Amino acid sequence: MMSTAHAPLPAAPCLRIPEGEAPYLEAQRCGACDALYLTPRMACSRCGKRDDFHPQRLADRGTLYSFAIVHRSFPGVETPFISAIVDLEGGGTLKGNLRGIEATPEAVRLGMAVKVVIDDALGRRDKDGHAYLAYFFEPAEEPSA
Amino acid sequence: MSDDVYIIGVDMLKFGRFPDRTVPQLGAQAALLALDDAGLEIKAMEALYCGNLYQANAMVGQRLLQEIGQTGIPVVNCANACATGATAFREAWMAVKAGACDLALAVGVEQMGKGLLGGGGAGTGIPKEGLFGGGTMPTVFAEAGMEHSHRYGTTFEQFAKVSVKNHHHSTMNPKAAYQMETPLEMVMNAEMISYPNTKLMCSVNVDGAAAAVLTSGKKVRELGLGKRAVKVRASALTSDPWQERDLVMPDVNSCTRLAAEKAFSLAGLGPEDLDLVELHDCFATAELLHYENLGLCGDGEAGRLIDDGETALGGRIPVNVSGGLLSKGHPLGATGIANIYEVSTHLRGEAGRRQVKDARIGLTHVIGLGSACAIHVLEKSDL
Repeated sequence: MMSTAHAPLPAAPCLRIPEGEAPYLEAQRCGACDALYLTPRMACSRCGKRDDFHPQRLADRGTLYSFAIVHRSFPGVETPFISAIVDLEGGGTLKGNLRGIEATPEAVRLGMAVKVVIDDALGRRDKDGHAYLAYFFEPAEEPSA
Repeated sequence: MSDDVYIIGVDMLKFGRFPDRTVPQLGAQAALLALDDAGLEIKAMEALYCGNLYQANAMVGQRLLQEIGQTGIPVVNCANACATGATAFREAWMAVKAGACDLALAVGVEQMGKGLLGGGGAGTGIPKEGLFGGGTMPTVFAEAGMEHSHRYGTTFEQFAKVSVKNHHHSTMNPKAAYQMETPLEMVMNAEMISYPNTKLMCSVNVDGAAAAVLTSGKKVRELGLGKRAVKVRASALTSDPWQERDLVMPDVNSCTRLAAEKAFSLAGLGPEDLDLVELHDCFATAELLHYENLGLCGDGEAGRLIDDGETALGGRIPVNVSGGLLSKGHPLGATGIANIYEVSTHLRGEAGRRQVKDARIGLTHVIGLGSACAIHVLEKSDL
């Protein structure tokens, strides 16, 4: 059995890493109004219903809703990178890096199809040396008409 | 029915860098200017509402009074992100409106660090910037702008034109941090910070302070200050209502729309009644969104509005004739009252070369991410 001390940790609270299975993303759905949350809440911030959240597995495909191309960031952060807002199929919106595409306004197209890829968190480690997993977006084949 | 509330003194420091002054000193300077504008002394003030963000736990209001007069009045220090100054102003307005006092002083003040605001984010033990996209303010507002592009096809050039306009306006404002023309090519070719926001499309990171003296209509008459008084026709403050994407995308639109609706309803006016607007152009992308959020045009028409010059001085509805946050500067806690100073100056007919002709009604708008939106509708004196 793999030592848990060296298993990567999730870098986002919605990232699930089950032992022996592929990692995936999970949101919390309000049982009363279907609003989705990436982190637990005491009550639904849309309708106020308390303690009625249900896990919902998020899709690994979506479309690019908005983006920015970041050229200046904090010291030590590699640039340029594409900061992307993605609407997932079946609900939920995530923000993350869009990779596998040139970081230019000409290359990026609003509404383009993307897939969610779970991968190492850019080699970043915490103070205890733990590795982390993060989610990224990559261009996907457009669904055929 | 309660009496109307008026501004009888309002002023601001020329925004810039003041490394040899403390935050309370900057606030005190602005307070004295506003008191002088009203012809009153600190002893006449019955309450102080002081807005400051970065030293929110440092009793800036009380320390400001240590500089200009400790009279024992109630002091409230408040912080509300970039809506901090407007929130302090609104608290003063409420105190007078409620009849709790006749004369209240509102101060907004900030000393800024350098570099990018925002980003980072807590959670698990590794830095998140550049891992899950970007969290800096230029990035967040770039994404808000590209959302508009997605819906309506708004272009990089149209966003850049906002910066050309506001920098041009600032050449007529001696209190703006920068007074320089920035032609379109210069704006578009400036260092790219977060596409589509270049460096010249980001607000200016400077220190500053602004202050206002508020009073009741009855007191304005008593003091004989009716001629230059400015009526506060409406004050509205909102937080961000739930939005589908607000987990990953701070929404500056819905809280502005909600505040605008409340403010116009309170004022009994509509956007068509406005003669000028000072809105929260923290980034060039933001200004276009707010044309629509404030009802200055229909949804999807903001690009056309900037193309046609309707929001430039001399246009149908001039926006940010002060130079805006893009060129006048954006000392967070001071911005909300500096906007009120600008509109008041036009309503008084004292804005010099940048005067909006025959201005009678103006609107000020600020947004603090998190989020808070404050809108004030101001009207030329009727006394």
